[in-house]
Amino acid sequence: MSQGNNIILKVENLSKIFKIKTSLFERKNLYALNNISIEIEKGKTVALVGESGCGKTTLGKTIIGLYTPDSGKILFKNRDITFLSPQQRGKIQKDIQMIFQDPYASLNPRKKIFTILETPLKIFTNLSKKERIKKVEETCGNVGFDVSYLNRYPHQFSGGQRQRIAIARAIILNPLFIVADEPVSALDVSIQAQILNLLMDLQEKLSLTYLFITHDISVVKHISDYVAVMYLGEIVEYSLKRELFKNPLHPYTKILFSAVPDIENPVLNESLLKAGEVSSPIDLPKGCFFAPRCPLKDDKCLKEKPELINVTENHKVRCFKIKNL
Amino acid sequence: MIQVKNLKTYFFTKKGTVKAVDGVSFSIKEGEILGIVGESGAGKSITGFSIINLIDYPGKIVDGEVIFEGENLVKLPQKELEKIRGNKISMIFQDPQTSLNPVLTIERQLIETIYYHNKNLTKDEMRNRAIEVLKKVGIPSPEKRLKNYPHQFSGGMKQRIVISMALINNPKLLIADEPTTALDVTIQAQILILMKKLCRDYNSSLILITHDIGVVAQLADNIAVMYGGKIVEYGKKEDILYNPLHPYTKGLIECLPKYNEDKKRLYQIKGVMPNLLNLPEGCYFRDRCPEADERCITYPEEKKIGDRRVSCHKVTI
Repeated sequence: MSQGNNIILKVENLSKIFKIKTSLFERKNLYALNNISIEIEKGKTVALVGESGCGKTTLGKTIIGLYTPDSGKILFKNRDITFLSPQQRGKIQKDIQMIFQDPYASLNPRKKIFTILETPLKIFTNLSKKERIKKVEETCGNVGFDVSYLNRYPHQFSGGQRQRIAIARAIILNPLFIVADEPVSALDVSIQAQILNLLMDLQEKLSLTYLFITHDISVVKHISDYVAVMYLGEIVEYSLKRELFKNPLHPYTKILFSAVPDIENPVLNESLLKAGEVSSPIDLPKGCFFAPRCPLKDDKCLKEKPELINVTENHKVRCFKIKNL
Repeated sequence: MIQVKNLKTYFFTKKGTVKAVDGVSFSIKEGEILGIVGESGAGKSITGFSIINLIDYPGKIVDGEVIFEGENLVKLPQKELEKIRGNKISMIFQDPQTSLNPVLTIERQLIETIYYHNKNLTKDEMRNRAIEVLKKVGIPSPEKRLKNYPHQFSGGMKQRIVISMALINNPKLLIADEPTTALDVTIQAQILILMKKLCRDYNSSLILITHDIGVVAQLADNIAVMYGGKIVEYGKKEDILYNPLHPYTKGLIECLPKYNEDKKRLYQIKGVMPNLLNLPEGCYFRDRCPEADERCITYPEEKKIGDRRVSCHKVTI
């Protein structure tokens, strides 16, 4: 991963286990995150890709403090915030914000848009009512939301408009770091483009850092600087975007990329039919987590667990088959 | 094989008449795959439902014909339609979680579908047919799996079962409404390859309804682009994807995120799809169109260029 002192967020060996009931008398562990380490540079966009259930949202929620991890460390601007609840985090929390996937669920239906946007200011700042109104209006300008609609309720807006409101709420406290959890996947394509542009504009204007969680490879291709590919709660490949798309190394990354229906690549590879499905995070495979689906697997992969190793300075991969590069 | 002529499905709500499908025409040949693309509210699903007359109150098919094997399905009584649905024309819905009955085994559900249309088969014959079709869609050890309930399958497997149920009576036409939207990409790819293969094997035609142009690009022979309840552009897949004529189609393809070194801004279509209760005068796309001018105050007539159809004043032949 990248060097330098510009690291804004550092995650070290983060693990999260959920205890779930499998029957009346039995409880099992669901391994949502397994020793995740990642560093995020200021002003960059790191995309987290993977299929449903791979733990990408859990990682985002753990970073902003909605889940307490079981082990590991989260350092934000070199301060350990791992086991602090959002309340204990105090001022730090306002620097870390989240945009959620579904704008129909993330806005309180009983609050006016103005109240939704004003509340964070009331909690975290000492601004007077007048200053708060000014700040809300200024933020609306930034996200392209018409100020005259501030007295309406969320249900009066379309999905795209709601996502603008959610973005406004996330940026109103001038955060440094935003976890964007699938911010465009609930939107239509034409609206998706508008919101992606908005997010990129805001990043430039407010020098924001994004952790961009998505399952959509084409979105990743477009907006990220670095890409982390997750599989069953682990990072299996991490690289600069350019390098990853030119030269994906991990077999899972290859399968994932080749499965994306694309108008420039209108024939899907039939070998995908053999690719199988994601294993359950409850009974993790013994060796490499991807081995049961992997076309290259051998005995070693089924017994031992590969480490995340550096292939080049900016490219890490977790696979036994790659080391001789 | 099937001909849809000037189909109009309106919903008569308290707030006014919603013209969800407003004069849609197309035809499909045997074995052909037609992709219908559009954003939410464009009327693509309602078009699919209207073909087999699955329109509920307050909706109604007010005009138009759906000619299938010499009969007009719009005029057919429900009893006759029930013989066609699930038999000669079947449908696959978006969410496999909700299209299977959670309290019945897969076997019950598959056999029920066979039995409804073939009352003379024996139990063993039906069972064998169910096993055979499950094998076709790639369910491992189908003999054992027949006894399972839907919750014992993953999302991708459930969608396979839904597909097998749709194919079990060897339909002539399959209508798939967003069949892969609820699935992960690797599973989506598997389902898409499977659907293409099965349509070829069974020589069925397919109407694929989706918002994802990438998905349509994989399967379709022809593409219809819908906007505001009307088809704005129709043509061969290659023509639509690589040489779109209608400004909406152009925008829709242009605004897809692509590989981008410097994080350049995406092309964006301004504004949002108009509310169907409150459509603008003239061309529905006028307010969002970069090329609109005074001619666009009237709704453009459809222009035909060979097999291609476009509704836009700006397109010259």
